[in-house]
Amino acid sequence: MLRQLRMALRTGIVTEPAPARSDVERVGARLAGEIHRRFGRSLAIREVDAGSCNGCELEIAALTGPHYDLERFGLSFVASPRHADCLLVTGPVSRNMAEALRRTWEATPDPKLVIVVGDCGSDGGIFRGSYAVVGGVGAVVPVDAVVPGCPPSPAAILGALLDVIGRRR
Amino acid sequence: MIAALLIALGQVLVAGAGAPLLVGVVRTLKARLAGRRGPSPWQPYADLRKLLGKEPVVSTTTSWVFRATPYVLVATMLVTALVVPVLVARPALGFAGNIILLMYLFMLGTFILALAGLDSGSAFGGMGASREVAVAALAEPTIIVAVFAVALRAETINLGGIVERLAREPLLAANPAHLLAFVAFFIVMLAETGRLPVDNPATHLELTMIHEAMVLEYSGRYLALVGWASAMRLFVFMTLLANLFVPWGVTSLAEPVPVLLGLLALAGKLAVLAAALAVLETVVAKLRLFRVPELLAGSFALALLSVTAVFLVP
Amino acid sequence: MAAAGPLVALAIGLVAFVLGLGGVAGNTWTVAVPWLVPLGGLELTLDPLAGLFLALVGGVALPASVFALGSTGRAGRGALAYPVFVASMCVVPLAANTMTFVMAWELMSLASYFLVLHEREERASVRAAWVYAVMTHAGLACLLAGMLLMGAWTGSPRFADWRVAAPALGAAARSVAFVLLAAGFAGKAGVIPLHVWLPLAHPAAPSHVSALMSGVMIKLGVYGLLRAGLDWLGVGPAWWGVAVLLAGTVSSVIGVLYALVDHDLKRLLAFSSIENVGIILIGAGAGMLYHGAGLEGLALLALAAALYHTINHAAFKTLLFLGAGAVVHATGTRNMEGMGGLIKRMPWTAACFLVGSAAIAALPPLNGFVSEWLTFVALLQNTRIAQPILNLTFTLGIAGLALTSGLAMACFVKAFGITFLALPRSDAAARAHEALPVMRTAMVALAVACVALGLGATLVVPALVSVAGALTGDRTPVAVGDWLTLGVSGGFGTLSTLAIAAALGAALALPLIALRLAGAARGRRPYETWGCGRMLQTSRMEYTATAFADPFRRVFDFFYRPEKRLDIEFHPGARYFVQRIEYANPTRSIFDDWLYRPAIDALRVVARRARAIQSGSANVYLAYILAALILLLVLA
Repeated sequence: MLRQLRMALRTGIVTEPAPARSDVERVGARLAGEIHRRFGRSLAIREVDAGSCNGCELEIAALTGPHYDLERFGLSFVASPRHADCLLVTGPVSRNMAEALRRTWEATPDPKLVIVVGDCGSDGGIFRGSYAVVGGVGAVVPVDAVVPGCPPSPAAILGALLDVIGRRR
Repeated sequence: MIAALLIALGQVLVAGAGAPLLVGVVRTLKARLAGRRGPSPWQPYADLRKLLGKEPVVSTTTSWVFRATPYVLVATMLVTALVVPVLVARPALGFAGNIILLMYLFMLGTFILALAGLDSGSAFGGMGASREVAVAALAEPTIIVAVFAVALRAETINLGGIVERLAREPLLAANPAHLLAFVAFFIVMLAETGRLPVDNPATHLELTMIHEAMVLEYSGRYLALVGWASAMRLFVFMTLLANLFVPWGVTSLAEPVPVLLGLLALAGKLAVLAAALAVLETVVAKLRLFRVPELLAGSFALALLSVTAVFLVP
Repeated sequence: MAAAGPLVALAIGLVAFVLGLGGVAGNTWTVAVPWLVPLGGLELTLDPLAGLFLALVGGVALPASVFALGSTGRAGRGALAYPVFVASMCVVPLAANTMTFVMAWELMSLASYFLVLHEREERASVRAAWVYAVMTHAGLACLLAGMLLMGAWTGSPRFADWRVAAPALGAAARSVAFVLLAAGFAGKAGVIPLHVWLPLAHPAAPSHVSALMSGVMIKLGVYGLLRAGLDWLGVGPAWWGVAVLLAGTVSSVIGVLYALVDHDLKRLLAFSSIENVGIILIGAGAGMLYHGAGLEGLALLALAAALYHTINHAAFKTLLFLGAGAVVHATGTRNMEGMGGLIKRMPWTAACFLVGSAAIAALPPLNGFVSEWLTFVALLQNTRIAQPILNLTFTLGIAGLALTSGLAMACFVKAFGITFLALPRSDAAARAHEALPVMRTAMVALAVACVALGLGATLVVPALVSVAGALTGDRTPVAVGDWLTLGVSGGFGTLSTLAIAAALGAALALPLIALRLAGAARGRRPYETWGCGRMLQTSRMEYTATAFADPFRRVFDFFYRPEKRLDIEFHPGARYFVQRIEYANPTRSIFDDWLYRPAIDALRVVARRARAIQSGSANVYLAYILAALILLLVLA
């Protein structure tokens, strides 16, 4: 117990500053002002894996670590879509996950955002045209923003999230 | 009369408005100890504000019990804020209650939240409800025996009476029984407010949830009320620990300066307790669910020891 | 004509209620009819304690009879037994001599036997009635032995004469009488380990009868214990009080432990009755100990707490049994695993059952909380008796009562939650209909009574203190606060249920107003329960009663001694595929295994040996008669 405490006190804060800008592609036609007013200081994110290879998941998971630390900007991950404001969807939406994704979206209270992470979500990525995929998140639920990359780095994802909600670094 | 009313209002405001700050401070401290910058201590306010603006989704399986629960929870916590000595030793409802009433008011909150968990018809809610009532039931004997130990020294179970007696005769508190009762109460606080090592408030794994599992169905303003009530529960419990066992600073007068000093003293005591909680949650891992009864049995043993100590040490 | 029985009982109940309240207020009288009953005649005396229990009988008989008017079906079978049951229960507290008491007691037992045998085609019912008959008559044997001994030693069958003559008897004689009487009364009250008939008999009887049995009949056992421990035999040694207190503690904890793992709704309520009798006896035992130590103020407080819990339990247990009756009638099953979702089909019943559950879980500001609070306050002051053994006993009582309280809350979350909330677990539950208006009236009246008894605590407690004072013969005035606040033992503890209720009511309005002012989003959108995106939600995904009780089964497995049975049937073709899994995890009753079965086996062995006497030969029988005659001539 004391060893952990000593290590914690000795290591100190290792958080890096967030990237200044990002490559996020705004798809939806929502007012940026309203999103900033509602979610500028607090955004609850529910991550949905719609058949991804988990590459994006690993990058997203790094966001909760001490180096990228998304909590300092009021962003947080939640367990239930009922608690969420934003669905972070990865993967090309395989046929098995299409209905589950739709139900997750329906279970989320309004107003909500859908942000796609990775190239798979925008049009199928490397799985484009396969018989097993529906072909992009946009075919199942309305998308507000896409973070390009395969996979995008945690810094890119963080920058994109901050740009979507209009938060200053 | 007016003074009493103002103080009552003040207590409700301090408990209601200060509770999210307490939760935020603990969260920030935990983050710093983990090497992260962490959220700002004011973050819970932003979260609550945002939740109010969302339209709740209510499951078709539920009934009026589900929708009424957040209001009952908040009402219970607000009433406890009027019974516990937050600013003054004898608050507005101090005559109406005592420690035993307080513990049963907490049990009222547990009861109704467990019913709301069952109401959703999901396995998560039922599981959370089952575990929560088990932990609450097993914590009961510890609380009452610890109350017995404290009441033996102060010769009353009235909260204001205990505070005033201990403030008047500090030597009564310099007693191993007092310390043992404090530790027992602290462990019960961890169990009743759902903190590590009993329950992890930040977990996302439903199988490890106790309290969070029951609130998985809530959204929007209902979730805001439930979150606020949980924060107030932590606040009231910590205030109880602070002002009952370390009563200096709690005034019996209804004048502005002593009350303000009381508020500052409370803030200081809560800061120390919050830091202690943050450190504890950082260094300790969550217990397996079926180890929790062992922890609670240990706290019960401490409470019994505290009672014996009252008899042995004059 | 099926309504004749309940109507007569209703009338008897009304008269009893009024007379009883008169007795509590101090209006005492005696009636003697020497020729009506052999060996002493009929003698009835009304004093405050008798008045309280008489009012209790009447007060419970009223809603139970109203409910019975609504119950259709085979109510005709109990048409005679039911009013006789109520009438005999009215006579028991009034009885002033041995024969009156015993005759009324036996009439009560016989009438309830026939009522328990209501479904006489079912084997379980027949067995329940048989066990009940055996246990109640074993208790009667103890009672008769005790009363006849006291009659022989004091020279009179009248209780008033015992009160006068008891101090002159030796401590050993009084203790023997106390043990016999206590055994008989404890058996009727359902104290562990004499409780085995209760969980069998209460579920078998129709609901209004179960309500009367749980609400009143077992309280008459408590009545007898109070009389035996404090009144008829004078002040007893401390071990009497210790025995009662420990018996109460054990009963309350074990009762609720069994209730927790049961998923038969009425048997759960029966075990819960055992638990509450335990709580009453904790208060009674404390009262006896304080009385023996000369601390009259505390003794009156403890006894008032016990009496308060008696009334409260009658109120909420009757309510719960009537609610259970409505549910069982609507769904056709007593098994909670087949219920669910009833709050939408039976809203009135659900609301009343919720009030009853909250009351029995001792949640403020309802009545169950006040009586438990009073019991705690009485127990917490035990250091005024400076004897470590007694202090230890009291501490055990405190810890036991606290544990019971927590477990009872868990038990009733299960009882209400599984029965009424979420989705129906069977077709019958999905088609359930609300109870008839007359049944609803009875339940609502009881729910109102529970709330009133809680909010009106400041009126009830002084009355109970004076009743307790009449029982112990001590008239020192005990201050219990004013109309708003209960204040006991000179500021040791204060409680104001009125203030708390008002505060809760105001505090409920606060978040509504605050949300409106903060401009929170209004309205709500209905959707299915969150299930991680699964396609369909059915009742199979809900938590079951068995699963809900699982943490308790694990924590207390040293007590339940479950025997897990797991049968897996594999597919005949391929051993990798499972065709059927059967899992059973029944709990075993340690009392059946360690106490009753060995006792019954020993009895069988003795009986088999004794059968040798009945040889069947007339000559041997004549020899027996001759031997007995010679023996009598020698002894006389």
